[in-house]
Amino acid sequence: MRTIDHRLLIVGGGAAGLRAAIEADKHVDNLGVISKVRTLRSHSVSAQGGIAASLGNTGDNESDSWKKHLEDTIKGGADLVDRDAGEVLTQNAVENVIELEHMGVPFSRTSMGTLDQRPFGGHSLPRALYAADRTGHAIVYSLYGENVKRGTTFYDEFFVLDLLTEGRSVLGLVAYDIKTGEIVIFRAGAVILATGGPSQVYDLTSSGTASTGDGLAIALRNGIPIEDMEFIQFHPTGLKDKGILITEAARGEGGYLKNDRGERFMKRYEPENMELAPRDKVVRGMQREINEGRGINGENYLHLDLTHLSREKIKRKLPTIRELALDFANIDPVEQSIPVQPMAHYCMGGVPTDIEARVQSKEIGVAWENLYAAGEVACVSVHGANRLGTNSLLEAVTFGKRAGRFAAQQASSSDGVEVDEAVVSKYGSRIESLLENEGSVKVSELRDRLKRIMTEKCGVFRSGEDLKEALNQIYQLQEDYDGKLVVEDSSQKFNTELKMALELGNMLDYSEVIVEAALAREESRGAHFRTDYPERNDSDWLQHSLLHRDSTGEIRHQYREVDT
Amino acid sequence: MEIVFEVNRYNPETEEGNFYQEFSFPVDHGELEELTVLESLIKLKEEKDGSLTFRHSCGHGSCGSCAMLINGENRLACKTHLIDLVSENETRIKVSPLPGFPVIKDLVVELESFFDQDEEVKPYLIAENGSETEEERLQTPEELGQIQEATECIMCGACTSACPTYWDNKKYLGPGAFVKAFRWERDSRDEGGEERMDFLDDSRGGVWGCNKVFNCEEACPKDIDTVGIIDLLKREALGF
Repeated sequence: MRTIDHRLLIVGGGAAGLRAAIEADKHVDNLGVISKVRTLRSHSVSAQGGIAASLGNTGDNESDSWKKHLEDTIKGGADLVDRDAGEVLTQNAVENVIELEHMGVPFSRTSMGTLDQRPFGGHSLPRALYAADRTGHAIVYSLYGENVKRGTTFYDEFFVLDLLTEGRSVLGLVAYDIKTGEIVIFRAGAVILATGGPSQVYDLTSSGTASTGDGLAIALRNGIPIEDMEFIQFHPTGLKDKGILITEAARGEGGYLKNDRGERFMKRYEPENMELAPRDKVVRGMQREINEGRGINGENYLHLDLTHLSREKIKRKLPTIRELALDFANIDPVEQSIPVQPMAHYCMGGVPTDIEARVQSKEIGVAWENLYAAGEVACVSVHGANRLGTNSLLEAVTFGKRAGRFAAQQASSSDGVEVDEAVVSKYGSRIESLLENEGSVKVSELRDRLKRIMTEKCGVFRSGEDLKEALNQIYQLQEDYDGKLVVEDSSQKFNTELKMALELGNMLDYSEVIVEAALAREESRGAHFRTDYPERNDSDWLQHSLLHRDSTGEIRHQYREVDT
Repeated sequence: MEIVFEVNRYNPETEEGNFYQEFSFPVDHGELEELTVLESLIKLKEEKDGSLTFRHSCGHGSCGSCAMLINGENRLACKTHLIDLVSENETRIKVSPLPGFPVIKDLVVELESFFDQDEEVKPYLIAENGSETEEERLQTPEELGQIQEATECIMCGACTSACPTYWDNKKYLGPGAFVKAFRWERDSRDEGGEERMDFLDDSRGGVWGCNKVFNCEEACPKDIDTVGIIDLLKREALGF
């Protein structure tokens, strides 16, 4: 059995994981980053628009302050943001983005040479630092470089199957080496989950195929609840049919959303903020236009119009958007409107953590000693019921850094830790049985059925009836997965179909929680809109949901108060 | 129209070497315009052969996972549309792994050496000054403009894989690493000039190995002027 020891292990090499590694390296000298994709392929590189901090650099935003940033975040999050976490996010934002600049991030600049900022939806002042429209890429590449400088050990293309635990303490994890097909044991004094989001459970999504929310399933498998999973953000402007993000910065820079009549329809829904209202509101406006037949040619998409912006501005500030529209829609946004439709983008919920990024939720008795989480997989609850654009990179960097620091301080040596070899054989036989299954249902077929159910029944608008149906259909898929699945590729080495099967198992596991949480929340708040309960209901529902799977396999619901 | 994909197959667990397997499927004109090579490969994997193996993730040219040799050119499968590859007379599309790197399986290559080359050029900011301050270092839009193009690199490996000097001499750092070296070295905030120039000016691995074949520039999915960048590094090595 191959066993690898590290003081600290970080699962995931996106923005949160890389930032965690840098910080942890200041405290421990033996850390490893494990990722199922090669570093730099993680989805953080696709973040486009910006990262928020109340720098007040552009003249028109001098009055900005972290308190305004906090209030915008809480308001945008429909009051489900935990104030203590929101304070950590916003109060440290300036310091944290300056650190990124010091690590070499090529942020766009003002003519004075200071960090430029631009407007974004839900932010009352221009607050988004940006690197053209490639902000995530720019940040990840600098974080990666800093890790190279520090000699971080990377385990690329290792798929983490589960945690190794004893009571409420983590001993390490068990992973599948994709290149060799081996099961590998990693022992560690602490583990940070930075595994990213689950948007791949939806049909149309801006997220890459790696965004299968594996960390959420790992949590559920260990009896850990996942929080606020009913809040899935749909992004207003996905390139039609393609699942490619067209950044909100396109509207921040002055772009309009128009329906088939050429109307800026947001005037009907959000007359004050128009296209720059928070994403949940813009998406519902768009979906209503589409549902009422005012989509372009009566179809399920609308227009993002940038043609009134200057060619120079589009080329300088939105070069990727122009490239994507040209490459994938054969449209030059300088001259023509871009066809767009809402698509799944981000999960506000996740593994519950405290403000030190430790996995815990004290009110309901969840408290892990040495397990941490940051980035989209986590829910420290800074996004509440709806995340503001540019707050996700900020969250990943802020809480990635904190996870790195606190986990490193907590991590003891893994020497002498005894790992039960039964774990290896358990996962070994699970993989063998997946490879040897003589079923009839292909992985992709089952996955597509899940995506359809989630999109049709648990999307922008939800109803109790639809959600109940979704739940029954997911039970059926779970049965089919256990009994009828076939993996055609039976090879040991680089078996991507097997990887897809493992991912699908994870997706089926937590999709049940997404739907259960959505069914339970009988109100509309932020990204969660129930057609049968269209009003927000603070007296009953100003609380976080925490759902876990008990030892019998049943989903249990618990709730906790919002920190106000 | 019937599209024929000829795809490199290689399974390291069997005795046989690599071979090209043909897959065909019909497309109408709309699909021909819409479909990319990546979408076609996914379709083949899901509908015809689950063991067909390739890397991919973002699907729109930002993660760098899906570079491969498509009809003789290194390209990102996600950004390459079928309509740009076929005509009435030619409906075959040949897909192979990136040349110059060891093949792991089918279309998947081992990029370890490419990432090692990147590490050699110190792909990070080297700067003592200003890193302890509480404010950002200043950088004018013009200074940023000098490196902007080089910052767009997505480390897909298409450039170095297309370079004949690299095929011949694996110690050669290659265009990918040079672009990264330039991106950091020309950053107005960076102070690592001489440190990096030592190996950039090296006779075996350095910039002098570039014979201006321009393969790298044609291969780059981000249209980075790789040869121009190498030229600027050569001038710097000469002290201009």
